[in-house]
Order: sequence, then C-alpha cells, then structure tokens
Amino acid sequence: MSAAPPPDLVGEIANHPLFAGLDPKLVRSAASTAQEREFAAGDLLAREGTTADTLLLILRGKVALEVGAADRPTLTVQTVGPGEVVGWSWFVPPFRWRFDARAVKPTRAIVLNGPALRETLSRHPAWGFAFLVRFLPLIAERLENTRIQLLDIHAR
Amino acid sequence: MLADPSPPAAAIDPEPPPLAPIPYVVRSVTTETPDTVTLTIRPSATRRIATPRPGQFNMLYAFGVGESAISVSRATPEGELVHTVRRVGKVTNALAALTPGDTVGVRGPYGRGWPIAEARGGDVVVIAGGLGLPPLRPAVYAILSQRESFGRVEVIYGARSPKDLVYYDEIQTWRRRTDVRFQTTVDAAGRDWYGDVGVVTTRLPDARFDPPKTTAFVCGPEIMMTLSAKALADRGVPRDRIWVSMERNMKCAIGLCGHCQFGPSFVCRDGPVLRFSALEPFLAVKEV
Ligand SMILES: Cc1cc2nc3c(=O)[nH]c(=O)nc-3n(C[C@H](O)[C@H](O)[C@H](O)COP(=O)(O)OP(=O)(O)OC[C@H]3O[C@@H](n4cnc5c(N)ncnc54)[C@H](O)[C@@H]3O)c2cc1C
Ligand code: FES
Repeated sequence: MSAAPPPDLVGEIANHPLFAGLDPKLVRSAASTAQEREFAAGDLLAREGTTADTLLLILRGKVALEVGAADRPTLTVQTVGPGEVVGWSWFVPPFRWRFDARAVKPTRAIVLNGPALRETLSRHPAWGFAFLVRFLPLIAERLENTRIQLLDIHAR
Repeated sequence: MLADPSPPAAAIDPEPPPLAPIPYVVRSVTTETPDTVTLTIRPSATRRIATPRPGQFNMLYAFGVGESAISVSRATPEGELVHTVRRVGKVTNALAALTPGDTVGVRGPYGRGWPIAEARGGDVVVIAGGLGLPPLRPAVYAILSQRESFGRVEVIYGARSPKDLVYYDEIQTWRRRTDVRFQTTVDAAGRDWYGDVGVVTTRLPDARFDPPKTTAFVCGPEIMMTLSAKALADRGVPRDRIWVSMERNMKCAIGLCGHCQFGPSFVCRDGPVLRFSALEPFLAVKEV
C-alpha cells in the first residue's frame, strides 16, 4: 500500500462528477496512485495506438479528442472540459488509446493509474459496480453523440 | 451595438402584407461561408413592408426566377432589411448572385415570430444550428435590449464545421458580453479551431438555467431542433415553453395554398415559430 495521498488530491477527486458520492475509501484508494498534472496548449495527453494506462479527470482547460489517418488532416471530433474525463481504453482490452488527446489550452488534470484502479475495482466488486454505474453512461453518451454526428444534422 | 430591439406592438404597421412584391435595392452583399451570403436591402421608392418582428420571414423574389421564404435577420427603423441566404437551388442561387444596385422583390413580413414577451421574468435558452442563427439574431437583440426583463440568457450556436459559422465577427462581440453566455460548437474541426467540438446538445449541460422557469427558442435543421428540444425537455424545460421554427416549402405564404402544411398547422400562417408540445408527435426521429 502506498503512502497516504495528499488531502487536496483526495478532495479534488471526491468533487469530480465521476467520483462524487462514491465510497470515500474508493476515492482514497484511487488518489493513492494518482497525480495532478498541468499540460500546456498543444501537449499530447494520449497518443492513438499506445498503451492506455491512465484515466484523466479534467479540472481546468480543454482537451481535443482527435482522429487521424495518414492521408487526411487530423480531425477533432470532440472537446472535453472541466468536470469531464478522458479515456476508457485503460478499462477495455487491449488497453490501447483509440484516439489522440491534445490540450487545446492550458489544462489541469488528475491522472489516475488505470491498472491500479482496475485492480482495486476488481477486488471490491461493490465499488466496481458503483463506478461502472457512473462510467458507462459517459461511454453511452459519447456513443450517442458520435451517432448524432454521423446523422450529419446540419445537412438539409 | 443593440440596434434592433423588437418593436413594441403599437409600432407595428397595421397594413396587411402586400400581395405583389415591393422592389428593394441591394445595398451590400457579404460572403458568410462558401455557400451563404448576407444581403442588406433597402426600399427603392416610398413603399416598404411593415417592420418585421423577430422570427418573421419575407418572400424574396428574384425577378424572372422565382420566390423563396427567407427569414429576417435584421430590420432597421429606416426600413433596411438583412437576409442571409444559402444557395440550395434555383431561387436561392439567383438571390445569392445579386450584387449591389440590383433589385429584389419583397413581400411580407409573414408568420408568427418568437414570443419574446412570454419569456420575460425567466431564463432564456437560445439554440441555433447552422442557418438557424439568422432568424434568431433579432430575438437575441430584442432580449439584450430589455436585458433586465430576463433572468439568465444562454445562447448555443452549432454548425457543421468552423467554415460553416455565419456572423463570425458578431459572434466574437457577443462572446465578450458578460450579460449573456454564448457558446459556439462545431461537429468536427481541424487543429486550427480552438473552440468547442461536439454536437450542439453537448453544450447544454454547461448552460446555466432554471428549467421550470426557462423559455427556449430553437432554430436549425429539423433533426437538430428535435434533438435539442428533447434534450431541453429532459432537463426539465416545459415542452410548451420550447419554441421551434419550422421550414416547409412555401408558395402563397398567406395560408391559402396549403403547400406548407405540417400536421394540423400551416407553417406560413400558424408558424414558422411553433410550440414543441404541439409539434412533437409529428417530429418523430428514430431513437439515436
Ligand atoms: C419560414 C422559412 C424561413 C426560411 N429562412 C431561410 C433563410 O433565412 N435563409 C435561407 O437560405 N433559406 C431559408 N429558408 C429556406 C428557403 O426558403 C429554401 O431553401 C428555398 O425556398 C429553396 O428554393 P430554391 O429554388 O433555391 O431551391 P429548390 O430548387 O426549390 O430546392 C433545392 C433543394 O433544396 C431543398 N429545399 C427547398 N426548400 C427547402 C426548405 N425549406 N428546407 C429544406 N430544404 C429545402 C429541396 O428539397 C431541394 O433538394 C426558409 C424557409 C422557410 C419556410
Ligand atoms: S404557403 Fe400557402 S398555405 Fe402556407
């Protein structure tokens, strides 16, 4: 077990919409392997295809989720801001990022350790279930937004 | 600049709209996007149409080509009118090809506009998609000109991409205001765009308003309006306080020919601005 996490970090995780109201012991456990990080505009938070071992809770700033192909310009398909999260690839095999995540402006985020969180959630199924009840709607919402984008609602 | 508040009811010209178009002269043409222009026109002689209310539309006649319903984006007390036109076919191509000094026929104003007075005393959420901003623009100015009569004012404007945003400079001015929150978002963008990306409904969770006391004005493509109205209703905005502006093909624009029928309504006469509660059964969209 690592040293007690700084109380500020515990507080910030506990206040983030993803964790607000969840068991304080789960929050403390997540905080014990987390760190707070600042990203400058243009910094990459995640690179498509690389190992996904983090879950980022955005506290400030804005992050663009980008998709690209060698033969066409990079396209931002969504921006994510304070109170939102980046990353579920840490939870789903093969644990590789599905997109690039790039800070559009100076961004502060709490970086949670994905494998450690997975391990904690699998050891405590009640926490795991409570966490999934929070996490799955975020994934469902992204999926729904992507489907709306595919409808091309601005076409006549 | 707050030049175009909605005129008080007593100031509205009581004359019925003319049946034959009145000639107006094109004063300026501004390119908004690759397929959209904004025309500023003024009466060529002493005759002019009555001052339109926010949300009303005119029939613009491209001589020798035909007529199209086009929303009023601005109307000055001097009778100048601003219309934003997207080229989609014969008439709109002819209108968008007009140059300063050309003549265009105008009849109107037609339809029921945004019920701004009904929104007084509560919060207002305005959601515009693409070319839905022009008909909402006079409503936003009307609200801002009586700012103290409303609670929070949130404006969300979405377009397909940054190059599809209209009134770009004006948006920057609105964004600097502290008494209205203006969010812009696009469905997809390149790295040169520093704003938000995501469909227009993704900005709604960020908007601050008290749902039961909120009136919403929504205009844009039909799917976008349906999804936005549903998202507002899910958030608790009463369905009869959500107003959407419908588009249907028009001919007479005075409730005679039936071309614009939508459900039980004639869009030209009963709309274009209608309550979502009345339209919802006819706006079926497959669950997405
Ligand atoms: C109340 C109202 C307000 C409007 N405001 C504006 C405005 O501010 N600016 C603007 O550019 N347009 C506006 N429109 C739409 C405009 O009237 C039509 O785009 C125009 O009449 C098309 O005529 P056209 O001869 O250029 O195209 P057409 O040759 O008639 O049609 C070309 C293509 O456009 C499609 N189309 C035609 N009319 C519409 C429509 N109403 N909605 C969706 N698709 C259509 C047709 O199906 C066809 O595929 C408004 C329509 C209404 C009813
Ligand atoms: S256009 Fe003729 S009834 Fe509406």
